Amino acid sequence: MADEQRRGGGGRGGRGGARGANAEKGPAQRRSLFRRRKVCKFCSEKIDYIDYKDVRMLMPFVPDRGKILPRRISGVCAPHQRALQTAIKRARQLALVPYVVD
Amino acid sequence: MSTPRQYELVYIVSPDASEQDVTDLHAQVEAVIARIGGELVKSENWGRRKMAYEIGPHKEGVYVLELINGTGELMKELERRLRVSEKVLRYLVVRVDEELRAAERTRSRRKVRTGPPAGEGDRSGMMDSDGGDDRYDAEV
Repeated sequence: MADEQRRGGGGRGGRGGARGANAEKGPAQRRSLFRRRKVCKFCSEKIDYIDYKDVRMLMPFVPDRGKILPRRISGVCAPHQRALQTAIKRARQLALVPYVVD
Repeated sequence: MSTPRQYELVYIVSPDASEQDVTDLHAQVEAVIARIGGELVKSENWGRRKMAYEIGPHKEGVYVLELINGTGELMKELERRLRVSEKVLRYLVVRVDEELRAAERTRSRRKVRTGPPAGEGDRSGMMDSDGGDDRYDAEV
């Protein structure tokens, strides 16, 4: 009895904690937290080879500053981010993509 | 060791160079390939384009792409020549055969695959969250 109660309580506590945190932050915070689920562009469009010569494909991942857009923002999957990284770095060597923009 | 290697060579010719210089350079590349042994698969002239940053005093350059089947020795010689040439602002050699093969492999694997692993993942997630609610499961 006691054991079951503890188990149930613990489970509810754990889950409730997560839910509670959401509720506490209120509707305003929740609206800002709401995002469209990010999908890897290269997976969904079935691009197998990320070509460093294709500047038009790379540019969305090189924002104004010239840095490589992080995965957490673009939603690109890890294997594709790795390929994208080498592609951008190669393109940089050829002055197709900037290193830095001031 | 004996597997054929494919390289992509891109070089940027100075914008001051004439058309003749560009064709000369290309002829030189072809000559080296012919001498050492190799095959020029594709050659592309992208023409004059603006560079993302300045290289020396130049803001634009003439880009030339060559797709070459050959050995490392051949590429070494080509690189040496491009380095020596004053008309060449920059060059890049990339070995592409393995990357293209890997891309081809994933492409063919995608065609073969038929099972829906994503659907299975969803179901196990549902089972976890709703614990032992049998009525719901029966409906699904």
